[in-house]
Amino acid sequence: MENNSAKPKKEKIPRHAMPEQEPQLRIRNFDEVPLGYTEKLAIAEAQRCIQCKKPSCVAGCPVDVDIPGFVKLIAEGRFIEAALKLKETNALPAVCGRVCPQEDQCEKVCILAKKGEAVAIGRLERFAADFERNLGDVAVPARAKPNGKRVAVVGAGPSGLTIARDLVGYGYDVTIFEALHKPGGVLVYGIPEFRLPKAIVDAEVDYLRKLGVKIETNVVVGRMKTVDELFAEGYNAVYIAVGAGAPVFMDIPGENLSGIYSANEYLTRSNLMKAYRFPEYDTPIVRGRQVVVIGGGNVAMDSVRTALRLGAEAATIIYRRSEAEMPARAEEVHHAKEEGVKFQLLTNPVEYIGNEQGWVTGVRCQRMELGEPDASGRRRPVAVAGSEFVIPADTVVVAVGTMANPIVPATTPGLDTNPRGYILTKDDSGKTSREGVYAGGDIVTGSATVILAMGAGRQAARAIHEYLSRGEV
Amino acid sequence: MNRIVERQDLSENVVRMVLEAPEIARKRRAGQFIILKIDEKGERIPLTIVDSDAREGTITIIFQVVGKTTAVLARMNAGESLSDVQGPLGNPTEIENFGRVVCIGGGVGVGVVYPLAAALKKAGNHVTSIIGARCKSLLILEQEMKQVSDRLIVATDDGSYGFHGFVSAVLQNMIDAGEKIDRVYAIGPVPMMRVLANLTRPYGIKTIVSLNPIMVDATGMCGACRVSVGGKTKFTCVDGPEFDGHEVDFNLLSNRLRMYSEQEKQTMEAHRCECHGK
Repeated sequence: MENNSAKPKKEKIPRHAMPEQEPQLRIRNFDEVPLGYTEKLAIAEAQRCIQCKKPSCVAGCPVDVDIPGFVKLIAEGRFIEAALKLKETNALPAVCGRVCPQEDQCEKVCILAKKGEAVAIGRLERFAADFERNLGDVAVPARAKPNGKRVAVVGAGPSGLTIARDLVGYGYDVTIFEALHKPGGVLVYGIPEFRLPKAIVDAEVDYLRKLGVKIETNVVVGRMKTVDELFAEGYNAVYIAVGAGAPVFMDIPGENLSGIYSANEYLTRSNLMKAYRFPEYDTPIVRGRQVVVIGGGNVAMDSVRTALRLGAEAATIIYRRSEAEMPARAEEVHHAKEEGVKFQLLTNPVEYIGNEQGWVTGVRCQRMELGEPDASGRRRPVAVAGSEFVIPADTVVVAVGTMANPIVPATTPGLDTNPRGYILTKDDSGKTSREGVYAGGDIVTGSATVILAMGAGRQAARAIHEYLSRGEV
Repeated sequence: MNRIVERQDLSENVVRMVLEAPEIARKRRAGQFIILKIDEKGERIPLTIVDSDAREGTITIIFQVVGKTTAVLARMNAGESLSDVQGPLGNPTEIENFGRVVCIGGGVGVGVVYPLAAALKKAGNHVTSIIGARCKSLLILEQEMKQVSDRLIVATDDGSYGFHGFVSAVLQNMIDAGEKIDRVYAIGPVPMMRVLANLTRPYGIKTIVSLNPIMVDATGMCGACRVSVGGKTKFTCVDGPEFDGHEVDFNLLSNRLRMYSEQEKQTMEAHRCECHGK
């Protein structure tokens, strides 16, 4: 690639792999698994982009990142400019470069993917954002002229952080109210350090603070103050982005035995509370020897890989369908397999068995087979009669999904929700049944991705801006 | 924010603290609690709001030293600050005029029952309070409880003060004497609440208990605090903390409270060594 003054046949250059920690090494630490591109690799990868006139990748991005634009800047070695280009539309590029399912979005529609492999857009995004942050001198754009209006954002997760960034850009006085003691939402309590180092989230949040976003932690909206009280305090609009924070249990016998966690609790202890560094940090976590994780999504993969790093001798995924139906990203499943996670597929737990102290000792399971497709389009698992067996376990993590947390809807009269408790919005703008109240992210869609929540934040920012600009000269 | 305004030893290992928390003070109602975290590396622990002063912008907590976090907290002084105080959390106590109520507190649980007794008294109930401790020196809030009760009965396990015996024996005596009791509030150690719930069950006296399971986020997100009530799983932080004592599975509660006993011992011992070193 050194001599490329002549136009190379770009589609012939294979996609560049990103260096990673070796599996045997990384299961003994919580450090990040992928190590990121070097400058040389990043330039080489960026040069694969053929700079389409009508780039389909941008349409595949929920926050409209100018992908050819930033990739070109990387190809030219203008890394800082690439980072700034990203930040024009993406409030959290170092995060998205790591946790976005690019294979289902921008990279899926990359023209190169038709004949070979897509440009590694996610890896390049991560590279540019990391390059700027590691330089330690992050440029902060000039603040927009204050327009005298205030917006309250409920929840400092990806959606709340994104809308706050966009709204300060329009000149609003924006305060995010976060229930936990640390901003970031799922980025700090849910996604493990080995996938998303918390120092990166902290740096992105710091950047938003520098842009003028105010963040108040330890404020449980609905308890300390209601949405109506926020309006009474003088906020002109409220954006609700509280996530789908309530864990789902399967309601099978023995589920409350000691040693059985929701994935939310297991991951919150390890990630937010840093229980993996107990006793240096005060919050404990059970370091199970035989850990079983129920579920086949990304959260299940995060949980089972956390269990390995906490010293599990056996870490097993139990999933009721086959690998093809697993909702987890292929990359996560691949990493889990490399690390030695066992996959007990077409298997469903029916009961937990405990000892006299009330501690779980095993999971009674039944085998499943796939029947006709269900509403989700995936083949429905059907129990095989007489197939029960027991998997020994001293720790179980239930990662079968989450549901709406009712605190905000229940304390906001006139805010319509669907029967499952998710907030109803009129359209993509996030407008709810309440004047001046907008909502987005998982509390509207149910559990989805970081980037979709961010996209909802961007759209709601435009809608709120339009709403609050009405009637003005 | 979160400054300790006052600190007072109530007994050998029970401490009362007044914290600066103006928004919580304004909003809180009887029965609610806070989560506090001492510092960056601290854990999140739930503590009942015993009292509040909206004008001063303060709340009062009472805690017993049971682990590292409470031990560290007990050694903090007025003027120091906690990194995080979150609240008010949980559902407020359902307060109305039920008639004749009995408020029972055991050990540090007296601090939890105190705001209930005060609110119930204010709502017009005839309040009999029974407070107990292992011995006289461990008894807390006697004067405060007297002020919010029509009648106060003190019991000590060793007979060093008041009635010689458990609070449950005092309640049994009241029932045996044919006293009309419309509702019982029983708050204290799990064995005490279990005994009291079993005692009132055959008489059909509604008995409310306040549960104290392990919590992490305390906003319904993690399920650490799940308990079984009437055969259904409930999250104490958002569905409680008060439940019908006749429906609670106390065995499950005790088991789950012991989930980290080994780790707790480990940090407590390490903490003791650290303190001796100083």
